[in-house]
Amino acid sequence: MNNPMREDQITTDPAKPAQRMRAGSMTFAAMPWVIAAFALLVMPFVFTDNSAITIMNQMAITIIFALAYNMLLGQGGMLSFGHAVYAGVGGFACMHVMSNTDFFAMLPLPVLPIFGGLFGMGLAMIIGSFSTRSAGTVFAMISLGVGELIAACSVIIVAFFGGEEGVSGDRTYGMPFFGVEFLQQIEVYYLIAFWLMLSALLMYLFSRTPIGRMANAVRDNPERAEFLGYSSRWVRYYSFIFSGFFAGIAGGLFAINYEIVTEENLNTASSGVILLVTFLGGVGFFFGPIIGAIAFTLLQTVLSLQTDLWAFYAGTLFLATVMFFPGGLAGLLMMHVPAIRMGKASKLVVPYIITLIPALIGILGLAALVEMTFHFRHASFGDEEMTVFWTTFDSHTAMPWVVAIGITVVAFAIMRRMLPTLKSAWAEANAAPKANASSQANSSSQGGAA
Amino acid sequence: MDLVLVNLIDGLVTGLLLFMLSAGLTLIFSMMGVLNFAHASFYMLGAYFAYQISIALGFWMGLIFAPLIVGVIGAGVERYGLRRVHQYGHVPELIFTFGLALLIEELVQFIWGRNQMPYQIPDVLNFTAFAISGNSIPAYKVFMIFISIAIFIGLLYVLTKTRVGMIIQAALSYPRTVEALGHNVPLIFMGVFGVGTSLAGVAGVIAGPVLGTFPGMAFVLGSIVFVTIVIGGLGSLWGALVASLLIGWITTFAKSYNIRMEDILNGIGFATPENLDDNMFRDIWAVTSPQIADILPYILMVLILIFRPYGLFGNRDA
Amino acid sequence: MTTAALELIDLRKSFGKTEIIRGVNLAVGDAERHAIIGPNGAGKSTLFNLITGRFPQTSGEVRLHGNNLAGKAPFEINRMGLSRSFQITNIFPKMTVFENVRCSLLWSLGYKYNFWSMVGRSPDLTEGAEQILDQINLLNRRDLPAGTLSYAEQRALEIGITIAGGADVIMLDEPTAGMSHSETDYIVELIRTVTEGKTLIMVEHDMGVVFGLADRISVLVYGELIATGRPEDVRADPKVQEAYLGAALEAEH
Repeated sequence: MNNPMREDQITTDPAKPAQRMRAGSMTFAAMPWVIAAFALLVMPFVFTDNSAITIMNQMAITIIFALAYNMLLGQGGMLSFGHAVYAGVGGFACMHVMSNTDFFAMLPLPVLPIFGGLFGMGLAMIIGSFSTRSAGTVFAMISLGVGELIAACSVIIVAFFGGEEGVSGDRTYGMPFFGVEFLQQIEVYYLIAFWLMLSALLMYLFSRTPIGRMANAVRDNPERAEFLGYSSRWVRYYSFIFSGFFAGIAGGLFAINYEIVTEENLNTASSGVILLVTFLGGVGFFFGPIIGAIAFTLLQTVLSLQTDLWAFYAGTLFLATVMFFPGGLAGLLMMHVPAIRMGKASKLVVPYIITLIPALIGILGLAALVEMTFHFRHASFGDEEMTVFWTTFDSHTAMPWVVAIGITVVAFAIMRRMLPTLKSAWAEANAAPKANASSQANSSSQGGAA
Repeated sequence: MDLVLVNLIDGLVTGLLLFMLSAGLTLIFSMMGVLNFAHASFYMLGAYFAYQISIALGFWMGLIFAPLIVGVIGAGVERYGLRRVHQYGHVPELIFTFGLALLIEELVQFIWGRNQMPYQIPDVLNFTAFAISGNSIPAYKVFMIFISIAIFIGLLYVLTKTRVGMIIQAALSYPRTVEALGHNVPLIFMGVFGVGTSLAGVAGVIAGPVLGTFPGMAFVLGSIVFVTIVIGGLGSLWGALVASLLIGWITTFAKSYNIRMEDILNGIGFATPENLDDNMFRDIWAVTSPQIADILPYILMVLILIFRPYGLFGNRDA
Repeated sequence: MTTAALELIDLRKSFGKTEIIRGVNLAVGDAERHAIIGPNGAGKSTLFNLITGRFPQTSGEVRLHGNNLAGKAPFEINRMGLSRSFQITNIFPKMTVFENVRCSLLWSLGYKYNFWSMVGRSPDLTEGAEQILDQINLLNRRDLPAGTLSYAEQRALEIGITIAGGADVIMLDEPTAGMSHSETDYIVELIRTVTEGKTLIMVEHDMGVVFGLADRISVLVYGELIATGRPEDVRADPKVQEAYLGAALEAEH
């Protein structure tokens, strides 16, 4: 056999799948976008009350920002600790346009975010000119330094950043847009939804352009990319300024939605949050940050109503993601694609149910214990009643503790019993490609003939 | 002249405190190539543990035991957290330590609440050591200087004179070779991480009473410590020392001398515009040095990274 | 007289006080297949890295079609028409095999830092990449992540990426390192077909590998070229015999 690579060939005609994929790709690729647009259109009719629309607005803005952030982290391999700066500066720029009433009166509001984008982009052009020289730690450190610097400047350069109280404005002074003056939240919702679709689509398309593909190449192997004719520094620079543009758009939408922008929009804490959101969703896939933004916003708004400890839970979740699921939520979802392709995903349903339900109960039990500990330690004297999961009890008596610990331990014990079932079901559902992959791995480890 | 001396002493205290943090951080970085974002969180833990111990056993027991506990926690973080994340690459490692910093802050709030703890200077050291023309220098500052210098000398001794130090130094430059020579590099990593974090713990114990023991204390100092080791050059112990002192003095002097931007600009030949209040750049004209003292390190860092990406003493890229 | 495709003029490189490359002179003509061989530690990889701009030389010149390469960044050298492979497989492991090849076509097909056209809609890219995949027999691996390929397949991909850019000077760094005999034969055959009509410079440890492939062979020992010529002449050269035999004897100790 003079061709060792043909031994474990896949038998389909190699030319066919490529053809088929290309022919079907147009309709297939457009589907998620159509569904997303439809969902955005219908959402306000499903969740009608004002607070839901507020949450959705916040969610949409976070999605744009997280997608922009992932242009750096996921697609370009650049870890930024100061990306809120570009969104923030975009927001301030839009705020100043809004305050300039004569000019603003000639400008329909939906156009305004472009100013945010241009300002974010302009700042990114300046900072990126030196920060994208390398990726890795040096880039991360420069981003942190610049972020702190600009956040600190915001209390010094009052003319632009408005000092401690920030800058506020009134979005309704803009030129009416086909009669719409954006007095109501729902009108703002559709404005934001429009920009969400547009930005997400543009960012997706960017990832399909030559420079977008090379951003991935530079992320994985900058040296090799250089030997393909590309300066890795320029490739990073382009990603950086486009990311700055879309971050600025998000900032502009924030300004429109809240009509106030403050130092909080560009400080390190905001930069940290966007990192958290993006990583939670998963940096490896384009839609990861979208999931992350939705999950995080829900967590933030819903959980923070229920407990003071929501940041603690968010932090724990984040750390657990980094340690155990570095692919994030998107990575978890995509793990199932091979099984679904082979039509064996149904084998996983029952094992999942019998493992995850005890796990969920166990986690809730742990959360209850955390809440009880917190209450026990910090509740004011005499205030010994507390309510967890619709149950009110005295946190200074033994009974609730016994119950909570008991439920938690039993739930986790059941989960441990069930884990082998899930594992074997998982192995079975993914059986075929696994075997193939291992045979390939074996054929690679043949020793050198030196 | 006397004020200069007072400022020199104050800057030295700040600088040496920074050094206790940056020394550990830079050692950890040069060994494992990971910047520990949570380093200042261990400093905070040091302060809180010391406070808790000092209630029961007094300040001195806190000084001994708090850093030990912090070191053990640090080693545990390396063993069970970082080592696991290490396989995914540098960026997840950095993100992990970032998440850890968030979590530790939340944890501290969970246990001790949001308010500042009444962690006090011990009575033995609560007196004025000496005075320089009316400016009293508290004994506790002198104590802080001595502790820091003692630790620096100890560290230098261990690194340059002992066998363990030799191995660590070798592992800094040639981790694979050292591993091939039969040394247990993972154990060395864990040890260095533990020692580095416990140094941060010491800094927390002695800084807690003066700078305040509150949940935000890690955040306040954390980014400055990064700036320090980046300016000094990632992985360079001497660089960390020089940069720490530099930052200590720069910020102290900027705070105590009210230098106004207007004077500087006038001095280099720009005349003050007539209607300053309407001028676009009025804020820049009005800037004073105490106002920007805290951001001077960041400006310095950005400049250093632009013109000398390896830092003052650094010799290798991340 | 036409200028050589690649010319080295008294090329030297020192690391500290040690001179690793000690004055190498070599001219490789157009469409010539030239192999540089030598025992371990002769400085082959260093020489290779000097030519491709990965390290700066201490003195001397490297000329590509008569243009001095001194101080040029790797991407500039690549744009001038020189492409290289790596001894340790150096591909984009997370991207698909097809993507790997397509990325290496982008610059040469004039896409540069283009951010307005879709790579998926460019038939020249798709067809070009598939043509390369066909040449290196990896069409059936088209949509797999490159990191999951077998070692020999990754080496083939490495060669595919190297030739894809359409450079007329191809440099391969030990393309058969760590391969079994059958794999080696296969790769050598592959190199022969894909570098048809191009200038090829390859560094090899093993003389046998290049014997049937190279038009001319140079032997590098301790940073100096001790012989250059047609394969059979080089093989018969007593200095070469001594160098290889000597190294073999040393290795037995």
